[in-house]
Amino acid sequence: MCGGGVERRTHRWAIAVHGGAGVDPNLPPEKQEQAKQLLARCLHLGVAALRSDLAAVDVVELVVKELETDPFFNSGRGSALTRKGTVEMEASIMDGVRRRCGAVSGVTTVKNPISLARLVMDRSPHSYLAFHGAEEFARQQGVETVDNGYFITEDNVGMLKQAKEADSILFDYRVPLPAACSAAAAAAAGLDGGGVKMNGMPLSVYAPETVGCVVVDGLGRCAAATSTGGLMNKMEGRIGDSPLIGAGTYACEVCAVSCTGEGEAIIRSTLAREVAALMEYKGMSLREAVDYAVEERLDEGKAGLIAVSSSGDVAYGFNCVGMFRAYATEDGFYHVGIWD
Amino acid sequence: MGWAIALHGGAGDIPLSLPPERREPREAGLRHCLDIGVAALKAGRPILDVVELVVRELENWPYFNAGRGSVLTTDGTVEMEACIMDGATMDCGAVSGLTTVVNPISLARVVMEKTPHIYLGFEGAEAFAKEQGLETADPSHFITPENVERLKQAKEAKAVQVDYTEPSNAEIENGGPLMESSGGTVGCVAADGLGGLAAATSTGGLVNKMAGRIGDTPVIGAGTYANSFCAVSATGIGEAIIRGTVARDVAAVMEFRGLSLKEAAAFVVERGPKRTTGLVAVSADGEVAMPYNTIGMFRACATQDGYSEVSIWN
Repeated sequence: MCGGGVERRTHRWAIAVHGGAGVDPNLPPEKQEQAKQLLARCLHLGVAALRSDLAAVDVVELVVKELETDPFFNSGRGSALTRKGTVEMEASIMDGVRRRCGAVSGVTTVKNPISLARLVMDRSPHSYLAFHGAEEFARQQGVETVDNGYFITEDNVGMLKQAKEADSILFDYRVPLPAACSAAAAAAAGLDGGGVKMNGMPLSVYAPETVGCVVVDGLGRCAAATSTGGLMNKMEGRIGDSPLIGAGTYACEVCAVSCTGEGEAIIRSTLAREVAALMEYKGMSLREAVDYAVEERLDEGKAGLIAVSSSGDVAYGFNCVGMFRAYATEDGFYHVGIWD
Repeated sequence: MGWAIALHGGAGDIPLSLPPERREPREAGLRHCLDIGVAALKAGRPILDVVELVVRELENWPYFNAGRGSVLTTDGTVEMEACIMDGATMDCGAVSGLTTVVNPISLARVVMEKTPHIYLGFEGAEAFAKEQGLETADPSHFITPENVERLKQAKEAKAVQVDYTEPSNAEIENGGPLMESSGGTVGCVAADGLGGLAAATSTGGLVNKMAGRIGDTPVIGAGTYANSFCAVSATGIGEAIIRGTVARDVAAVMEFRGLSLKEAAAFVVERGPKRTTGLVAVSADGEVAMPYNTIGMFRACATQDGYSEVSIWN
């Protein structure tokens, strides 16, 4: 919006954030508490921005930037590692107003991938830049960069080692779990004890943590942003759902959606667009669309999402064990949670 | 109900005055690839094999912007991408940023079948191709004199693409950036008449694109999509197709609004910004749609009842 006077609010704002779906059921209480505090802090940051009439697209960027900067979740600092021990991050942002979007993949030195995605949207002729081209663009634009080592945390180095020992691709999770416990954790999670499968290959543990934020502002504008380090022990060059418009992230005139979980399941089900398409083409409410998408479109035990509608509703859904999430609405609803 | 196949060699501002020496090899390529697809369908080949086979041929045909014949980035290099999706299982594979793989579509298929992932890009994708023993060639193999000239012209005309994420119809109508065949992706969709559907798309991207640019082609739901209703491959200005989730929306409109394939495809293409989008689609029951809102689209189709078509304009 142009600078100058503040436009009168015509809509009720709402905001939701997530820190990933699929939570280790044995996550220690102090870690749970830490996660909730971080979610609440980021939520408050977003609420304050909405009260100051910041545009939805600015609010989602602000909140995701904060989530990236904190090492707790798998994005920015604290990202999961590739099998080579490096970090390759990806992010996308979409402004429901005219469905503008920007995305990046394979980012290795940009401190805040979500802000680079925003610059791709605002200042490049393209929607999506990746790897060396994205890094080059970041330098052209003068965004803050750091050494790849900045993103690598000790926890994640340990996790990668375990993942390699287990000879499997692990979804990132905060608390290292001995490989021997993996099957038990999977069983405790109500999943196939023989191992969760992704594209037909076994996963010993299911616990990803992408971050995301969706917002509808006081003018009814929707926006969504998602950022991630991807899968622990992933192949170099692997691209997940987070940067893909319609899969991990989507916003239009009616709603905004950010997904998290097994990227491959989310891509196949074009999950974020699915919610919006159900509203747009089938006339469902936000709640109905979220439930339908999660129940009918998503492989069991795979993922979750947060969503807001232009009319100020907020909804979330997941079909796996737990999702780090928080939301607030102008009507006074407020929630921070992990489990069902 | 019967088999059906449709393919494209790109949509864009293809001038009505396109000289025969540029038109004919493309028409011949379409006809040749259509024949190959029809023969494969008649032989009862698996539907994924059919679309892969056809797109490989299109990639190998140097007059289209995919594989050999890909357009050049602003650095003068080739960065190819491709995507394949199976409607029955909704399995899919995609690749971006390829510089040496002769047939990107086949690498997309191998990503789908032999990795735990769906989508690999750039060095990781190249390394995987070598690991899997796919045919590679020196990057110069892909560069044709026509595309060197096209990049030169684009740079002279400063035809850096306008920002399609900030669509300005005025700018698009001024015509600057939408050069002939700048959106010349290739794709193929097919239905086996038994409910099986598949889609495949491959491209070199946009002339004078920034290095690292990813378009709609490898993005499931944007340039490529297949489920139990239909299979769709889109072409045009990638940025508009991504924002419109074009391929997914054709299937969504069929499913959620109960429209026929033709109605759904026309709805989605007409809704998009003018001169940005074309697509080919087939439905499970053998219907074909090939709408576009550009000046033309290189396209061809055939159905079991004997209908066949190769065309560029209306």
